[in-house]
Amino acid sequence: MSGPSTYVPKSGFGRWMDSRLPLMRFAHDTIITYPTPKNLNFWYAFGAILTFMLGIQILTGIVLAMHYVANAGLAFDSVEGIMRNINYGWLIRYMHANGATFFFIAVYIHMFRGLYYGSYKSPREVIWILGVILYLLMVATAFFGYVLPWGQMSFWGATVITNFFSALDQIVPHLGSAIATWLWGGFAVGDATLNRFFSLHYLLPFVIAGVVGLHIWALHVPGNNNPLGIDTKGPQDMLPFHPYYTVKDSFYVALFALIYLAFVFYAPDFFGNPDNYTPANPVVTPPDIVPEWYLLPFYAMLRSVPQKLIGVLVMAGSLLTLVFVPWLDTSKVRSTRFRPMMKQFFWLFVFDCLILGYCGSQGADAALHMQGFELPLVWVARVATLYYFGFFWVVMPLLGIIEKPKPLPANISQPVLAAE
Amino acid sequence: MKALTLAFAALIATSVAASAAEDLSEPLPPKDVHWSFEGPFGTYDRAALQRGFQVYKEVCSACHSLNRVAFHDLVGGKEGGDGFFTEPQAKAIAAGYKVPADPDDKGNTTDDKGNPLMRPAILADHFPAPFANENAARANNGGALPPDLSLIVKAREGGPQYVYSIVTGDGSPVPHGFKVIDGKYYDPYFPGRNISMPPPLRNDSVTYSDGTKATLDQEAHDVVTFLTWASEPKLEERHRLGFGVMLFMLLLSGLLFLSYRKVWHDAH
Repeated sequence: MSGPSTYVPKSGFGRWMDSRLPLMRFAHDTIITYPTPKNLNFWYAFGAILTFMLGIQILTGIVLAMHYVANAGLAFDSVEGIMRNINYGWLIRYMHANGATFFFIAVYIHMFRGLYYGSYKSPREVIWILGVILYLLMVATAFFGYVLPWGQMSFWGATVITNFFSALDQIVPHLGSAIATWLWGGFAVGDATLNRFFSLHYLLPFVIAGVVGLHIWALHVPGNNNPLGIDTKGPQDMLPFHPYYTVKDSFYVALFALIYLAFVFYAPDFFGNPDNYTPANPVVTPPDIVPEWYLLPFYAMLRSVPQKLIGVLVMAGSLLTLVFVPWLDTSKVRSTRFRPMMKQFFWLFVFDCLILGYCGSQGADAALHMQGFELPLVWVARVATLYYFGFFWVVMPLLGIIEKPKPLPANISQPVLAAE
Repeated sequence: MKALTLAFAALIATSVAASAAEDLSEPLPPKDVHWSFEGPFGTYDRAALQRGFQVYKEVCSACHSLNRVAFHDLVGGKEGGDGFFTEPQAKAIAAGYKVPADPDDKGNTTDDKGNPLMRPAILADHFPAPFANENAARANNGGALPPDLSLIVKAREGGPQYVYSIVTGDGSPVPHGFKVIDGKYYDPYFPGRNISMPPPLRNDSVTYSDGTKATLDQEAHDVVTFLTWASEPKLEERHRLGFGVMLFMLLLSGLLFLSYRKVWHDAH
């Protein structure tokens, strides 16, 4: 797809280097001449936005780690020290905390975009699977990071999540508890846990950066999918990545950063939980233990199952399901634009995820009240969980067989011209 | 039409009935109060901070610590800093507090009578806590622990509105049918409505030196302003810097948009 390299070294040193380590040739082929379909829309900017957010998180994180103390007795104080006594420490920390939120906003849009345009289908299965791995790494990193300030929600969140493993006791007695003890480095979440979580929180972003490299490498072999989901037919369908997509992506990155920074400066605690401004206290349990917003749908699925082990398996299954998406979707047509039935099921799925998120954010025994009729939210979550799995395991395989897609355009230039 | 009027009346009647049967086990939503530090251009009212500090010092500090605030944090104005007193004023305030001293030249940690050695506080010291430890605090407060106030506004859902409502709502008339637990006080804004804190403020709890009338509402408004500052001392710097950053980002986005339009003009 990328074709033969067109890089021509301009200096003697460039030629000398090019025959030894062709780093400039690689960069030139990857970000300058890389042929990109000319019809990529706004939703394709989130790859660049995610790269930008990863950079922000790593940079602010490295500075925070210079001042943070991973010790159960000092962690909370060191974070407050950053907020009060370190020059611009408040800015670095608010950028990091809100950065996690906006990183997840971007990744969810990126994932829904991939689902909508069928970007996971042959020959792009590996790109999708690497993406699922990246998402799981992000979840793990965010979870470890949320523990570090050692507030009440940090401590109790860590306790609840690590206790998932003790559900394994129901299969092999003591196995789960032994794993939990091993993870904690003690008999409860404590100083040893905090230290190893800090170590992993520092390590994983660099693993993410590495897998991002693979994700982009795998992308550049078949090239980008596009909103029409049809294969590009030749140079007339393509534009060089630079300047066309560098400038388009830069504009959308700036727009995204504008919204992100508005929260950093004007509502920095909007996505936070007030309980995390109270230092961790192992003898006082907060009335409601809730995860960060980006994990709420999975939390709702977990709670919708009365039996703990099955609940944990359902939650794990909801993530694992994503790996199989390239083979669950049996349709020959990539883009949902040409799939009238899929379009409806897709938006229902987006709505379903929002419903699950809402259920996860409410108390365990919350209910909807409508004219004297009471609907426990746990039942809403159960139906929503069923649809979540149904969408992937029933709707996706079935629609490919029963749906009659709309006719596809002959090439991507045709509708681009027609639109003008 | 008549049916419609009737239905409307019935609707009002049910909503009135609903509000009359207030659920006394649930706290009321916090009062809607407005503050000088609200909004993107909000700043702390310096006079309110000074008065609020006086309320904290003369009333709240009898039971509540303020561990994360140092005396040098009080310094602000021309010398820089986020505080609201001049450096000499802050030094004088610090000198009014006693903090544990280092061992003397002979290595003694107590005086002749066996009392721990103390010295006047300096700017680098933090506000000393009213009780030596948690057990002492509980023993003096009927078993309840008065929370540290350094982060109280950020650590509660509802923030300044909530703290204001707690302070002004404490000691409200007990509604018919509600039983206050022995040794507790009625506060409709507190979860469970039984609070261990006696009503902390009333009219003229303090005498303001700037002539402001010390009503309950005024005192509460001032002390919550001070406590918000204690929780978020960098708020003004944040708002100031944010304005510049927003302007820059708007300009950058605008320029990038124009570049995007120009580069793509002949693309199709």
